[in-house]
Amino acid sequence: MRWNQRKRAKLLFGFSVVFLAAVAISGVLCREAAMTTDFTRTNLAPCLEYPFGTDWLGRNMFYRTLTGLSISILIGVCAAGVSAVMALLLGLAAAVFGKRTDSVISFLIDLVMGIPHILLLLLISYALGRGLRGVIIGVALTHWTSLARLIRGEVLQLKESEYIQIAEKLGHSKMKIAWKHMFPHLLPQFLVGLVLMFPHAILHESSITFLGFGLSAEQPAIGVILSESMTYLIMGNWWLALFPGLMLVLTVVLFDLGGNALRSILDPSSVHE
Amino acid sequence: MILEGKNLSFAYDEKAGKIFSGVNLRVDSREHAAIMGPSGFGKTTLCKILAGYLEPDTGEVLLDGAPLPKKGYCPVQMIWQHPERAVNPRLRMKDTLADGQEMEERIIQALGIEEDWMNRYPQELSGGELQRFCIARALGKPTKFLIADEISTMLDMITQSQIWNFLLEETKKRGIGLVVVSHSEALLERIGVRRIFL
Repeated sequence: MRWNQRKRAKLLFGFSVVFLAAVAISGVLCREAAMTTDFTRTNLAPCLEYPFGTDWLGRNMFYRTLTGLSISILIGVCAAGVSAVMALLLGLAAAVFGKRTDSVISFLIDLVMGIPHILLLLLISYALGRGLRGVIIGVALTHWTSLARLIRGEVLQLKESEYIQIAEKLGHSKMKIAWKHMFPHLLPQFLVGLVLMFPHAILHESSITFLGFGLSAEQPAIGVILSESMTYLIMGNWWLALFPGLMLVLTVVLFDLGGNALRSILDPSSVHE
Repeated sequence: MILEGKNLSFAYDEKAGKIFSGVNLRVDSREHAAIMGPSGFGKTTLCKILAGYLEPDTGEVLLDGAPLPKKGYCPVQMIWQHPERAVNPRLRMKDTLADGQEMEERIIQALGIEEDWMNRYPQELSGGELQRFCIARALGKPTKFLIADEISTMLDMITQSQIWNFLLEETKKRGIGLVVVSHSEALLERIGVRRIFL
């Protein structure tokens, strides 16, 4: 049997979801084990018992990586969720409530887009006292712009369509039209935008944690693991950075593939590709 | 009721010149009127102005001496030329129909809308079937005037006659005024209209 593009997309999406859910759940479950130190097994290279090796405190790097990724996924989901909802509401508001609201929101979009992501993220996270809260709010406040712009454009186009104008003349309020007539058109954009925002959120979380402005050092986050491993790399402990780094890349790539698969599943015209 | 257009003019692009200017018309709700004119003379634009979709550059549209309401249900309803563009492709037909206000079950039956169509999406219906929904939706209780912009051009003869027979009967019964745009002489003859030339 030959697999068509749609079946492959569904399989890929299902695989990404299952893998990421498995990482997130197992990471939470082995959180205790990730913190356990044992000085009889320090600096072990990867072997069967410790597939990712152990660090200078004898902590199992496999468990630490899983826990780190689960924290990253949690942050990614929270931040991207908040960000995408913000984008949806602002995008809708910009297009539904007249010109003045639109220019204020467009200005905000340009303002946030004009500042480099990482810099704004650092400032917000630092101002909020770092930690989980600072990172989530920082990522959420910096990532909504491109999706908001996309949704605003879509709504502006929808507003010109005949069926929306007819609904207005049939006496329906703007809110009702936005909900009943526009939302079904925006849902696919919203979902795909949401999923494609995860990898950004995760990478930015790791990078500001790596730079020391994110999660605190006792958390087994990927950024913390990577920045700590820098000291030990010159001593030849290559596994401290390699495996967590690879797993981070794998997670991000899977989110990206899953998001693109979702897009082709939701977009009916992709059937013929 | 009387629908009046006084000294209407409109331009989509000021530089390109006006589509029409100084148009006056007056339609009684007991009569049928047809707007005549070649392609590109602004028949659809005039319809949109009469139904409140567009603001004229000069002049005004009055219903019994009062301007059309800017918000809420517009008593002058327009039925558009392309039914497939006039319904939301992402909504089931029953939701599209629910947009109409205080619609009577009788109208849906008389237009030959089948129960089975209600749960379908617009892509799963033909143009004639969609146009019936658009007509039903425009015939809510508060409707006083109906503007039919080439509503039957792409329909077969049987469907055309079904739809027009129903519309003539319904508008007569409820005292709804009818403004028609059509190129079909036979149809205009049959409806018995007063002609307004653009």
